Amino acid sequence: MNIKRRTFTAGALAAPLAATAACGNGGDADEARSARGPITIWLSNNEQEVAWGQAAVEAWNADHPDEEVSAQEIPAGQSSEEAITAAITAGTTPDLIFNISTAAAPGWVQQGGLVDLTSFEDGTSYIEERSGAEVAQGYADDEGSYYLLPWKSNPVMIMFNRDLFEQAGLDPDDPGMNTHDSFLEGCRTLIDSGVVPAAIWPSPTSEFFQPWFDFYPLYIAQTDGMQLVEDGASTFVSEDGLAVAELWGRIYEEGLAPKEAATDDAMATGDTAMQSAGPWAISSYKDAFPVGFMPVPTVDGSDVETVKTFADSKNVSMFTTSQNQATAWDFLKFATSPEQDGEFLEATGQMPLREDLLDAFSEYFEANPDYEVFAAQAERVVDVPNVPNSTEVWQTFRDHYSSAVIFGSDEVETSLQAAADEIDQLVQG
Amino acid sequence: MTATTPETARRAPGSRLPLGGTLGAQPLGLLLALPYVLFLAAVMAWPLIQAVWISFHDYFFTAPAAVVDHPFVGLDNYLSAVTDPQVRQSFANIAVFLVINVPLTAVLSLVLASALNRVVRFASVFRVAYYIPYVTASVSLIGVWMLLFSSGGLINTILGPLAPDPSWLVNSSLAMPSIALYVTWKQLGFYILLYLAALQGIPRELYESASMDGAGVIQRFRHVTVPGVRSVTALVLILAIITGANLFTEPYLLTNGGGPDGASSTPVLLIYQKGIQQTNPDVASAIGVLLVIGIGVLSAVAARTGRES
Repeated sequence: MNIKRRTFTAGALAAPLAATAACGNGGDADEARSARGPITIWLSNNEQEVAWGQAAVEAWNADHPDEEVSAQEIPAGQSSEEAITAAITAGTTPDLIFNISTAAAPGWVQQGGLVDLTSFEDGTSYIEERSGAEVAQGYADDEGSYYLLPWKSNPVMIMFNRDLFEQAGLDPDDPGMNTHDSFLEGCRTLIDSGVVPAAIWPSPTSEFFQPWFDFYPLYIAQTDGMQLVEDGASTFVSEDGLAVAELWGRIYEEGLAPKEAATDDAMATGDTAMQSAGPWAISSYKDAFPVGFMPVPTVDGSDVETVKTFADSKNVSMFTTSQNQATAWDFLKFATSPEQDGEFLEATGQMPLREDLLDAFSEYFEANPDYEVFAAQAERVVDVPNVPNSTEVWQTFRDHYSSAVIFGSDEVETSLQAAADEIDQLVQG
Repeated sequence: MTATTPETARRAPGSRLPLGGTLGAQPLGLLLALPYVLFLAAVMAWPLIQAVWISFHDYFFTAPAAVVDHPFVGLDNYLSAVTDPQVRQSFANIAVFLVINVPLTAVLSLVLASALNRVVRFASVFRVAYYIPYVTASVSLIGVWMLLFSSGGLINTILGPLAPDPSWLVNSSLAMPSIALYVTWKQLGFYILLYLAALQGIPRELYESASMDGAGVIQRFRHVTVPGVRSVTALVLILAIITGANLFTEPYLLTNGGGPDGASSTPVLLIYQKGIQQTNPDVASAIGVLLVIGIGVLSAVAARTGRES
């Protein structure tokens, strides 16, 4: 099948393209779909994830000598996404990758690189039963196809250094910073106290993914779960979007957050009192300082029991180069089974995107109460929208946001409107 | 003096060797050059031809087995590139960079090479000292410069109240000049070596006769040294233009992706963003072709200036 990019829509045309890619790569797509045999998987280069992956592969291989799985880390590159894009173009992708960015997936579908998991008989039911239909459907494309299995999330909250809060006169057990105004006041208190040079230090750099750790979590919280783009149009030119952008604008304008990137880990060196972070931060910083977490603020005050935030999830995808897709699908289900999800949680502290985490792994959370708040938060997460030109959409947003909010070169509302106009064109193709 | 073999001496101009009709007077030379020619064709020429082709078509990367149309779109990709404010800004930024970096590189490297050429003691130590930044990985040097030029860095600490606000690397007016200074410093050792080699070729008698005519140090430098290294100056200008116009690592790392607010963005950085990150290789190729044309024109002007002078 031939397609034109400028008339491309992810849902309508990507599936046939993916099928064509599989067909042309040494066999019939249906044959590959039902074939069994050895497969290869790629894992992220996170040490704990690699350890979990190797253990999972060993467990599988012990019971499946004819369907052996080989695991390796994603080849080195500027980022996993670039390495995977290059591998799709070169036809060297493995059968499965356990580190798929939600934002990058639409581009890889367009490239004909990903297998539609709903083409497996139990594809849709497995994904929606594991993650819950509402959460899972956030990862489907316009046609309801799943090119990725929602695997794990790192719900974004505000991490803080309890010692610095105490020294500044803020109560680390209840900082009372859940509204925009009180958050701003808390930041001022930290700086005025002189205990820390930066109240919060989100990366002010221009990479497309940086909004996921400043604007977007607060926007999701403020709108009770709205994505940046919904129903083919941007959503952030609104009272809510403006409120979030203006909060960050004030933070930069008053010098509460630096406009340049940290030359070191600012939390570890005590150069900032707060940072956006997920559960991974608990083990990373527990030896450096006493870590505290609070929900991201909203205008009227966020409630830790109900507030939504950015999922920062990573997923699993199957690639059209796979010649043994039946084995790949079975291994995917094995690696995301309750037992393996528990092993994963134990090894990494990251939250499997599974319904009822707290009940499913109650023993773990009793033994590790610090993670409990993230498990509860993991049930109220929203990811990036599954839209065409996703990376370009986020880059466009970041460029306009940087200009207005971080550097104050443009008026905030005008910049958001300009970003929205460009993004609407991008998502509509 | 050139040695002439009896055979070539007897041959009338324009007459041909049995093999030399199309292969020239020394076919063996072609054979020896062939591996490098093939390397250049495979690594440079073919990708360039492909980039030009892609820039005129609707193109995106696909899996090898995917059958995809790449329709001819004429100048659409070029129009997208030239109407994009970010692309225009990146070319303006690189112009600022070249205006600072190229003259500074040529002048500083010639002056320092002349000084080094006169140093008798510790000459090797000085030459190595200037060359070390050139051979050191940019990534590690950039780390040092970030520490020096950050808001709380050594430079601002020394400057005290005179430190710029916003600081160097996040200041729209100072980010690109800071990068230009960094690149000048880093590359200087290479250009000094080029000039040192050229200075060895200037006959000492010229300096002696100039001295006898009453020329001082500055006059000797101006009337003997500068004309004596003119061909190398043309080379230095061309190389500085080419490497400067292809700037990527420094804005990517030193100013974190062309910041602040695109003030140090460069065409190659945008090619990376659009071609690799955003998978729009067609527009990225158009930017690349425009850049090649720009570099070609500037290099031709530099070469011509060197010849005419």
